[in-house]
Amino acid sequence: MPYLSLAIWVPIAAGLAVLAIGRDRDAGLARGIALMGALAGFLVTVPLWVHFTHGTSDMQFVERAEWIPRFDIYYLLGVDGLSVLFVLLNSLITLLVVWAGWEVIERRVAQYMAAFLIMSGLVNGAFCALDGMLFYVFFEAMLIPMYLIIGIWGGPNRVYAAIKFFLYTLLGSLLMLVALIYLYNVSETFSIIDWYDVPLSLKTQILLFVAFFLAFAVKVPMWPVHTWLPDAHVEAPTGGSVVLAAITLKLGAYGFFRFILPIVPDASRYLSGFVITLSLIAVVYIGFVAMVQDDMKKLIAYSSISHMGFVTLGFFLFSELGMEGALVQMISHGFVSAAMFLCVGVMYDRMHSRLIADYGGVVNTMPKFAAFMMLFAMANVGLPATSGFVGEFLVILAAVKVNFWLGLLAAITLILGAAYTLWMYKRVIFGTVANASVAGLHDLSRREFWLLATLAALVLWMGVWPKPFIDVMHTSVTDLLQQVAKSKL
Amino acid sequence: MNRPLLYLLVPLAPLAGAVVVGLFGRQLGRRLSHWLCIVGVGVALAASALVWRDVMAGHVFNGDVYTWLQSGDLKLAIGFLIDPLTVLMMVVVTFVSLMVHIYTVGYMADDPGYTRFFSYISLFTFSMLMLVMSNNFLQLFFGWEAVGLVSYLLIGFWYTRPTANYASLKAFLVNRVGDFGFVLGIGLVLAYFGTLDYAPVFAHAAALADTSVNLWGAAQWSVLTVICICLFIGAMGKSAQVPLHVWLPDSMEGPTPISALIHAATMVTAGIFMVARMSPLFELSTTALGFVTVIGATTALFMAFLGIVQNDIKRVVAYSTLSQLGYMTVALGVSAYSAAIFHLMTHAFFKALLFLGAGSVIIALHHDQDLRRMGGLRKYMPVTYWTAVIGSLALAGLPPFAGFFSKDAIIEATHLSSVPGHGYAYFAVMTGVFITAFYSFRMLFLAFHGPERFHAKPHGAHGDEAKAEDASHDAGAEPDDPGHHGLAPGEVPHESPWVVTVPLVLLAIPSIFTGWAFIDPMLFGGYFGDSIVVNEPHAVLAELKSEWHGAVAFMLHGLLGLPFWLAIGGIVAAWYCYLANPALPERARRFAGAIYDLLDNKYYFDRFNDWFFAGGGRRLGNFLSNVGDGAIIDGFFVNGSAKVVGWTSALLRHMQSGYVYHYAFTMIIGLFALLTWWVGR
Repeated sequence: MPYLSLAIWVPIAAGLAVLAIGRDRDAGLARGIALMGALAGFLVTVPLWVHFTHGTSDMQFVERAEWIPRFDIYYLLGVDGLSVLFVLLNSLITLLVVWAGWEVIERRVAQYMAAFLIMSGLVNGAFCALDGMLFYVFFEAMLIPMYLIIGIWGGPNRVYAAIKFFLYTLLGSLLMLVALIYLYNVSETFSIIDWYDVPLSLKTQILLFVAFFLAFAVKVPMWPVHTWLPDAHVEAPTGGSVVLAAITLKLGAYGFFRFILPIVPDASRYLSGFVITLSLIAVVYIGFVAMVQDDMKKLIAYSSISHMGFVTLGFFLFSELGMEGALVQMISHGFVSAAMFLCVGVMYDRMHSRLIADYGGVVNTMPKFAAFMMLFAMANVGLPATSGFVGEFLVILAAVKVNFWLGLLAAITLILGAAYTLWMYKRVIFGTVANASVAGLHDLSRREFWLLATLAALVLWMGVWPKPFIDVMHTSVTDLLQQVAKSKL
Repeated sequence: MNRPLLYLLVPLAPLAGAVVVGLFGRQLGRRLSHWLCIVGVGVALAASALVWRDVMAGHVFNGDVYTWLQSGDLKLAIGFLIDPLTVLMMVVVTFVSLMVHIYTVGYMADDPGYTRFFSYISLFTFSMLMLVMSNNFLQLFFGWEAVGLVSYLLIGFWYTRPTANYASLKAFLVNRVGDFGFVLGIGLVLAYFGTLDYAPVFAHAAALADTSVNLWGAAQWSVLTVICICLFIGAMGKSAQVPLHVWLPDSMEGPTPISALIHAATMVTAGIFMVARMSPLFELSTTALGFVTVIGATTALFMAFLGIVQNDIKRVVAYSTLSQLGYMTVALGVSAYSAAIFHLMTHAFFKALLFLGAGSVIIALHHDQDLRRMGGLRKYMPVTYWTAVIGSLALAGLPPFAGFFSKDAIIEATHLSSVPGHGYAYFAVMTGVFITAFYSFRMLFLAFHGPERFHAKPHGAHGDEAKAEDASHDAGAEPDDPGHHGLAPGEVPHESPWVVTVPLVLLAIPSIFTGWAFIDPMLFGGYFGDSIVVNEPHAVLAELKSEWHGAVAFMLHGLLGLPFWLAIGGIVAAWYCYLANPALPERARRFAGAIYDLLDNKYYFDRFNDWFFAGGGRRLGNFLSNVGDGAIIDGFFVNGSAKVVGWTSALLRHMQSGYVYHYAFTMIIGLFALLTWWVGR
C-alpha cells in the first residue's frame, strides 16, 4: 500500500471535497466531511507506526515515480526513524484541530476546514519528500493555506501578521531554492539522499549552509528571526496557532537534520558554535521576554521559541543524547504547545480576550479546565512524568557533557520556564473570581474535555515511558551522526 | 513472597488512592474518598514494615522495574534500591503520612476541597516513596520534582487567597533554583560515569577522586567537588538551606496537615536523605563537605533566631524546622550521615507532632494562629497540651526524649570533626541549643500557659510589632469566611476530636522512645551497613563509638554536658520572659530595635529577592521585549527594511510618471551621457 501517498493525498482530497460540497448554509455537512477526512487521514498513517521496521536507518515505505524527467525530478517519498513520527504527529494534530474548530468556527466553515486538511497533506508531503524539488514545492505551498487561515479567520491585526509571516518565511526559503538548484548542478540529481555523498569544498558548504540555514531558522524560528511568530500566533485563530506551533515549526527543525547536517557536515561542524550561541540566546533571552508578556498567546508563542531553542541546541551538540533529546522535544512540543493554545482557545471562545489581566480566578468556575491546564503548564515547565521533561533533560545532559557552562546556560530554562508559565497560570487561574465575565464561565464541554484528555494522555505517556519513541529514532540518529562526522571535503 | 511485587505495592497503593480519588472524588463522596486514601497509605505502611523485616534479615535489593529509555549503551530505568537507609525512610514516610491522613479527616472536615486534599497527600506519599526507593539519579529527580509539584499544589491549596498563591509560586521557583544545580550535578555524573545508576557510580567514584576539571581560568576543580556541590545546591532548595530557605516560612500558607507532612517531616528532608545516599561521593571531597557544613551551620543558627520573633504559631514551628534541617546538614558535612538520618527520623516524629498540635490549637481557636491571642489553653485541651510538651522537650533536646540523642550526637560529632568550618559549626549548633529551647518554650508558654487572651481584640493597635504577622494570619481564615476568625465572645476552646488527638498520641510515643531505642543500632551498631560510606579521615562517629557505653550512660553523660544546661537555660529564660516577667520582651525589643528589625524582616532576604530577582527579571524582560525585540529587531530590521523598500519605490515611482515628455527628456539625457562617455574614452 502506498501509505505515504495516502497520508498526503487523502487529506488534500478531503479538503477539496469539503470546498466543493460545503456551503455556508449547511455548515454541519462541511464539518462532517472534514472530520471524516481528517480521521481517514490519521488512520492511513497508523500503519506507518505499526509496520515501521526498527533497527535500520534506511528509508521505508519508499515510493518513486517520474515527475519532470527533463530535470530528473521525481515523485520520491520515504520516511526513516527521524521523520515518521512527524507524519503521525501532523495527522493526529489535524484531527484534533478539525474537532476543536467544530462549533467555534461559524464563518466560512467549509473553507476553514479545507484549509487545514490541505495544509495537513502538504505538511505530510514535506516530511516524506525525498526529492529536493518535491520538498520545495510542498514546503512553499504550505504557506498558502496558513496565510489564508491567519488572514481570514484571524484577529483585528490579521493582515499585518499574515503578510509578515508570508514575507519572512518566503524570503528565507528563496535562498534555499538557489541552494537546491546548485546541488542539482553539481550532482545532476534532486534526490536528497544522493546529496549526502556529494563532495563539496568547505567554502561551498558554508554558502549552502547559509542558504539552508536562513530558510529553516526562520521557520523554527531561531533568534533573531523569530519576531513573525508572536504576531502570527496572536492573530491566528486557535486552530491556526495549534498547527503553527505543533507542526510548521517542526518543519524548520526537520530541515536541519534532513538537509543541513548530512549535506554540509563540515560546515555544520565548523559553524556549530554559532548555532549553539543562537540557540542559547533563544533559551535565555526569550525566556525573559516571555515572562513580561501580557497576552497569553504571545507568552506561549515566546515559550515555543525558547523550547525550540533546545531543539537546535540538541542538534548541534552532535551526540546521540542531544539529537534524541531534540527530536523528543519536537514531538513533545507538538503535544504541549497544541494543548496550551487549545487551552487559551477554550478561554478565548468564552471571554473573547487573550489578556492575562482580564482573567483571574478561573478555577472557581472552570475546575476541570484548570486541572487540565495545570497538567499542560507543568509539561511546559518540563516536569518529570510529562513529555516536556524528556527532551529538555536529555539535551541538558548532552550539553553538560560537551561543556559545563553550555549545560548551565541551557538549564536556566528550568527557572525561567517555571517563572513565565506558572506566573501566568497563577494570574489567570488562581485567586478569587476577578470579574463578572469570569463568574459567568461554564466549564469544559464534552468535546473540549475529550480533546484535552487525548493530549493529556499523550503528554503523560511520553513522559512516563518515552522508550518507544526513542526506539523508533535511535538507529537513524546514530546513522545521521556518522554522516555528520564524515568529512565531505 | 515475591519481593519486587511487595516493593511495588508500597508506592502504588497510595498512587491508586490518589488517582481514584483525584478523578472520581466527587462521585465517591467524602467518606469513601478518605477511606480509600487511608487504606492505600496503610497498606504502604504495612508493606514497608514487612520490607523492613526482610531487609533486617539481610535481603538487600537493587533492580529495575522497567526501562524508561534506552539510547545505545545508555539505559535509563525506573528501579528500586532497597537497603537499610531506604527502608528506614519508607517506614518514616508512610507512618507520618498515615498519621496525617487520619488527622486530616478532622482538620479538613469543613473544607470544600476535602477529596482533592486527600488525593494530593496520597500523591505526595507516592512521590516521596519513589524518591527514597530509587536506585538511580533519574528516578531520584523524578520523585524530587514530583514532591515539589505536590508541595506547590498544597501550599496553594486555598487558591482564592493571594498570599497562598504567592507562596506556592515562590516555593516552586526557589526550588527550581535548587533543581538547576541538581540537574547540572546529574549531568556531570552522566558525563563522567556514563551511567545514572547508583551502584556503578558509587563503585567507580574513588577512581575519579583525582580527576579535575577546568571550569574557568586556570583553576582546576576536582570533578567530585563540582558534582557534590551541584547536587547539594539541589538539596539546599528542597531542604531549605540558606539562602534558598525563603520559601519554607511562606509555605505555612498551606493547610496545617501538609505543613506537618511535607514541610517538616518528609519532603524537606529529601535533601538530607539525598546527601546521605550520595555519601560515597561526598566522602571523596573535603571541600564539598566543608561547604555543606558551613551552609548547614548558618541555617541552624540564624534561622533559630528568627523563631524567637514570630507571633504566628505555625511560623515559629517553621523556623524551628529550618534550624533543625541546618543541624542535619551540619551532621552531613561532618560525615556523621547516620546521625543526620537519625535526627531526620526523630525530627520527623516530634516536628510532625508539634505541627499537628499547632493545628489542633488552630482548630480550637477557629483558625486564629496568633500566639498573642492564645494563652491558658492547657486546661481546655489537655491531650494537645501534653503532647505539645513532649514535642517541645524533644525539640529542645532534653533527655530522655528523642531529640536529645540525635541532637547530642550531632554536636559531639561536630566537635570531633576536622572539615573546613567545623569550629564555626560547633559554635552554631551549640548556641542553637539555647535558642531552640527558648523559642519552643516561648511558644508553649504563650499558647498554653498564662492568661487567656483568646477573646482579646486583634492586635491592630500594636502597629510596630505586627505588620507581616497580621497579614499572614488574616490570610489564615477559611476561604469562605474571609477576615472573620477566632472565637465568638463567651465561647471557650474545646479539645479536638479523636481523629486529631489519636495521631498526636501516636506521634508522641516515638518522640519519646525512638532516641534511646535506636541510637545504639543506628549510630554505632552498623544498622546502615553498606548504604552509608564514611572514609577513615572523616570517621567521627567511629571515634564517638570508642566512648560509647550505652544509651543510659550517654544520657547521664549528657546531664553533665554543656548542651543540656544550655537547653535548661533556654527553657528557664523563656519561662522568665513570658510567664514570670511578661513585660521584659517588650523592653528588650525597644532596647535592641535595630536587631529586632533585622530579625523581624528575616534579614531582608525576601525584600532583596523581590527587588533583585523578581523585579530584576521583569525589568530585564521588559527591556529585551521592548528594546531588543520591539525596537531593534522588529522596528529597525524588519519594519525598517519594509520601509526602505517603501521609500525606494516611492523615489523610483517618479521615474514612471506616465508623461511622454519625461521619458523623452530622460532618453535625451541618457543619449548625451552615453555619447560623452563613448567619445571621451
